[in-house]
Amino acid sequence: MNSKLQEVFTKAKSENRAALIGYMPAGFPTLERSKKIIAAMISGGVDIVEVGFPYSDPVMDGPIIQQAAEVALRNQTSAADVLDVVSNTSVPALVMSYWNPLERAGVSDFAKGLAQAGGVGVITPDLTIEESSEWFTATDENQVGRVYVVAPSTSDERLKRVSQACSGFVYAASLMGVTGARTTVSDAAENLVHRVRKVTDLPVAVGLGVSTREQAKQVASYADGVIVGSAFIKLILDSANEKDGLEAVKVLASELAKGVRGA
Amino acid sequence: MEQSKIIGHFGPYGGRFVPEALIAALEELEAAHVAASIDPDFQTELSNLHKTYTGRPSIITEAKRFAAHAGNARILLKREDLNHTGSHKINNVLGQALLTKRMGKKRIIAETGAGQHGVASATAAALLGLECVVYMGEEDTKRQSLNVARMKLLGATVVPVTTGSKTLKDAINEAMRDWVTNVETTHYLLGTVAGPHPFPTIVRDFHRIIGVEAREQVLQLTGRLPDAVLACVGGGSNAIGIFHPFIDDKDVRLIGLEAGGSGVETGKHAATIVGGTPGVLHGTRTYVLQDENGQTVESHSISAGLDYPGVGPEHAFLHDIGRAEYRAITDDQAMHAFALLSKTEGIIPAIETAHALAGALQIGNELGEGAIILINLSGRGDKDVQTAANYFGIPL
Repeated sequence: MNSKLQEVFTKAKSENRAALIGYMPAGFPTLERSKKIIAAMISGGVDIVEVGFPYSDPVMDGPIIQQAAEVALRNQTSAADVLDVVSNTSVPALVMSYWNPLERAGVSDFAKGLAQAGGVGVITPDLTIEESSEWFTATDENQVGRVYVVAPSTSDERLKRVSQACSGFVYAASLMGVTGARTTVSDAAENLVHRVRKVTDLPVAVGLGVSTREQAKQVASYADGVIVGSAFIKLILDSANEKDGLEAVKVLASELAKGVRGA
Repeated sequence: MEQSKIIGHFGPYGGRFVPEALIAALEELEAAHVAASIDPDFQTELSNLHKTYTGRPSIITEAKRFAAHAGNARILLKREDLNHTGSHKINNVLGQALLTKRMGKKRIIAETGAGQHGVASATAAALLGLECVVYMGEEDTKRQSLNVARMKLLGATVVPVTTGSKTLKDAINEAMRDWVTNVETTHYLLGTVAGPHPFPTIVRDFHRIIGVEAREQVLQLTGRLPDAVLACVGGGSNAIGIFHPFIDDKDVRLIGLEAGGSGVETGKHAATIVGGTPGVLHGTRTYVLQDENGQTVESHSISAGLDYPGVGPEHAFLHDIGRAEYRAITDDQAMHAFALLSKTEGIIPAIETAHALAGALQIGNELGEGAIILINLSGRGDKDVQTAANYFGIPL
């Protein structure tokens, strides 16, 4: 595992809490403002940042992230912009990218560029392990962590193989569905985390549907990381001006940070 | 790190690029398809439906007056337009609907561009008592309002998709999101030979009947194999259906006609193989219309059914190995052929199909008299009357 990523999870564990992971697409609502939003998330208490590489056909995402991706694409956000945001992030940063834009940027070049930008890993929501041979080589050569997403429908046998392919943490999708805030976090999440633990020692982070301090607290009781995305984006979409948006993001991050500490 | 077995590939194309949540369903579908393909009861049920419901085998019509404009080559039309619901789409839809029942699922979802696959899906759902939800780009629901009404009459729910370019590609995205959420109860009845494995194989297998029948019919009629087999290519389902049984007949040229829109050089087209580059779209590796950042580019065509920025992975492979050729036909060339077949043969083709007919005018003139050209007449043009009337300035 990438040492910076490992440190965060080790530190969180020593504090008897989960790590808080915040998602924001690069280039939303502009390149410079996405950097400021990420800084606000960090000042509120986010431990790890997921920088989204916007894509035209995001099938794992609900309406909020789709909307943000459309804005980012109108801004012509490129791989270089994504790496620029990563290099400006003061905590360990991963990239979340659908496969086609990453492949188009050059699999090896992207992994190398990410390592140079100080990035710690990549979450690949639509890359299956069967299609990953080039990616395994590129990430191993550049010490970039691989994070695959597993789901409640994933069989035990496959869970083992996918977890073995991960080298940062395992991303457990809390439910069968797309990203976006839900009123409750499904019971399937806890069950899935327990199943993942049986096949790997890597940290397990839970995403999809988490938006409140209460939900963060609940997920933190059984997972090593809590991932929040759409809830941050919604605050930016709903805010009257830049200053209010940044303030709201910081407030939510600090609330979630209390949640992952069991408070 | 050990590489797992490579499944569902056509050379470097195909495969599975999907959220892990869908893998279990894709594996279930693959197993059901493999089991059904060797189950005589399943084959009998499908074959009976084709005889008593679809209207198979579809006939061959020789287009003699049209041929006079195609270098006097012999032009043979495989009449998929005469199938129930008016196109080849029913072949795949009935097969997958039976697979849905076999898997114990009660709900199907489908994407549609022009509405032909949506109508066929709604038809099969009505016949077999399945719930049916069709995703259709909002733009397309406006362009094809008659087909929206047909689907509703058949008992389907039509969901207009308002995201992205509001066309077929976004309808597929939305259908995939539905599937990720409801995969336990729902089968995604994909309408073309694209998407993750096993879809390109399943949809091809259900459309192979076109080529199997046509090969036999041409042999009986002419005593030999055709010199060329032509079909229009959007996703490529009707083309792979007629091409596939001829692949081992090395002397038979296989020619796919893509939608050239305003011309490939203008950038406003849907000719994915002629004008695209390899990439990943909708779960498969294939040729894609994309920009330098790997973002999908909007396609353009007068034909909603060909208006798609991807193409089936097997076509990508057949192109690269040189077994099939692909050409682009512009909107104007297609509409010329559309009018010509209507006036010379009394057959109004779908605008999609008109791209193959325009190809026949080119190939016929290249090969000349005595050559035999088989064309998949994949659909009828009733749905396109309004578009054609607008194009030719006929007041409605």
